[in-house]
Amino acid sequence: MTSLVTSPTRTLTYREAIREALQLEMERDANVILMGEDIGDYGGVFKVTLGLLDAFGPERVIETPIAEAGFVGAAIGAAIRGKRPVVELMFMDFALVAADQLFNQAAKLRFISGDQLRIPLTIRTQQGVGSGTAAQHSQSLEALFMQIPGFAVALPSTPSDAKGLLATAIRSDDPSIVIEHKMLYASKGEVPEGEHLVPFGQAAIRRVGSDLTLVSYSRSMQTVLGAAEELAASGIEAEVIDLRTIMPIDWDMVLESVGKTGHLVVVHEGHRTGGVGAEIAARVAELAGADLRAPVGRVCGLDIPVPYAASLESAWLPQQPDVVRGAKRVLAR
Amino acid sequence: MNGNSLLSAFEQMLTIRAFEERAEQLFYQNDVRGSVHLGIGQEAVAVGARAALRAGDLVAPTYRGHAYALAWGMPLFAAFGELFGRAIGSNRGRGGSKHFADLDRGVLPANAIVAASLPIACGTAFAARLDRREEITLVPFGEGATNQAVFHESMNLAVLWDLPVIFLCENNLYSEMTPIARMSRNVDISERARAYPMPSAIADGMDVTAVAEAVSGAADRARRGEGPTFIEAKTYRFCGHMAGDSEPYRTKEEVAEWRNRDPIDKVRRELQEKGRTSGELEAISQTVSTAVMEAEVAAREATLPSVLDIGLGAANWMEVER
Ligand SMILES: Cc1ncc(C[n+]2csc(CCOP(=O)(O)OP(=O)(O)O)c2C)c(N)n1
Repeated sequence: MTSLVTSPTRTLTYREAIREALQLEMERDANVILMGEDIGDYGGVFKVTLGLLDAFGPERVIETPIAEAGFVGAAIGAAIRGKRPVVELMFMDFALVAADQLFNQAAKLRFISGDQLRIPLTIRTQQGVGSGTAAQHSQSLEALFMQIPGFAVALPSTPSDAKGLLATAIRSDDPSIVIEHKMLYASKGEVPEGEHLVPFGQAAIRRVGSDLTLVSYSRSMQTVLGAAEELAASGIEAEVIDLRTIMPIDWDMVLESVGKTGHLVVVHEGHRTGGVGAEIAARVAELAGADLRAPVGRVCGLDIPVPYAASLESAWLPQQPDVVRGAKRVLAR
Repeated sequence: MNGNSLLSAFEQMLTIRAFEERAEQLFYQNDVRGSVHLGIGQEAVAVGARAALRAGDLVAPTYRGHAYALAWGMPLFAAFGELFGRAIGSNRGRGGSKHFADLDRGVLPANAIVAASLPIACGTAFAARLDRREEITLVPFGEGATNQAVFHESMNLAVLWDLPVIFLCENNLYSEMTPIARMSRNVDISERARAYPMPSAIADGMDVTAVAEAVSGAADRARRGEGPTFIEAKTYRFCGHMAGDSEPYRTKEEVAEWRNRDPIDKVRRELQEKGRTSGELEAISQTVSTAVMEAEVAAREATLPSVLDIGLGAANWMEVER
């Protein structure tokens, strides 16, 4: 997206960009509060909230007991009464402990009430493999939040998007989840100063190409961009789309690109079966099947729990050669 | 309770009873879909609690929550409308019997997941505390709910954060079809409050004045900033767990014994002792019956919700097209 006004940028890490969004939104609106485990003095396990307790005090930065259902529920109640809670779930895997509050409550109470209330709740969490955190601390569960209506789902791949998508989530009057990636916190990028909002449902073209469309998000974007360069060396020009949000999805951009290239491969860390790629493949087939010159390909995390050993973990994860192979397979059909 | 409060409690309890008796019949006539959970016999708990609280205080009911919505002033028309799935229903036809909501009057959506309303009630109370508002959230639930993990999480949070929330356990002895003694070794559920530690009280849930007194004490504490209270109201539902329950788990004698302690009869006797004539009380009863009947008829005649109001706006991100 090109913007008319370009605010000055500087290099920040993904972690710093998220912290900046939290800080700016808390300065802007006194109803924005943070809740989560160890988020105060310690700054959270991933140090994202470091310094915010000192800056805003214990009524704005609220450390919670280890009670995911309890504090997500409390955030929902506070949101119903006008607060804008940003809840840190330390690991995406723990969303399952709070599943009732997330999926039966936050996602439904506005609907059930006949629109008598709004729930401006933001869940911040991180997921993904890469550091040997094993099966209960590595899952990519974004497809669950896409399947159950009620949440907007953002998965930033860059520091700039991390800041802009989180700010949009916090200002949204309905539930959102911003899913960070644990291997991206130290990554660096240019981030606009001051107010920076990335709207939901607007994907970004990260590379222009005409032979094939590669769709991805979150850390897999790095793998996909690497694969696109490798493909270019063998004369295949891939268009690379970063979805940024999977609910809503920028179908216009995906369909336009597929209309041009006729070939589509979706890449993500989440499991293949019932995953985001399955939805994209089905929807593209429904809406633009005639544009497809080959069936849609998927390159995903394996359909088994995430293993611990580095050798096994990297075999589990879609890697650059997997994406290159997946792309060539689709082009060869 | 003074004479006037007692009289208004009498009228509220009669209204709730008449509404629920109609709801049950309407269910058997297939005019009400899904399931209907009635609290016939438990009316003194909701009405007593309401009498002890102020306008603006919130309630976060369960699926057995008609009494709370009506005690908080939700119009009968909106209640019947919701049962019939009408556009003028309290939830515009999206919720039904289990989910009555009336935010303007302080009724959060009734919750059909056992114990799920407890942490949410902590959250509304938390917002009130942060905003320095003297607002209390009352959260009623059954004794069965006290075996859920979020019950314990919520009790702990409420004490930890000094929340102005009142946990009101309606111990009606059965969770669904199972007696509480088969689910917990606590004889009095209120024993559990001590662990957090939270002050607690046991009230006779068949006595509207006793409930009001217990809740009033809890409300005073909450408004002084002293945090939550746990109240166990010992009560009984004369009806089944849900309309259609064949009730093999209890004897007719047991039900009859509790029916002798009907909370409405008790209030009627007390009012007569205070000098109200049976004619006066009968007139109130007549007025209530007429109001319930008229609301039912009007709601039945009301229009169905437009399918355009199916709720696609309920999350901005939901897809519109099929
Ligand atoms: C999480 C969950 N588990 C089970 C049920 C099914 N269920 C509905 S009511 C009920 C009994 C609850 O008993 P209690 O908490 O004592 O309340 P009561 O119904 O007696 O008012 C059960 C098990 C449910 N709705 N939600």
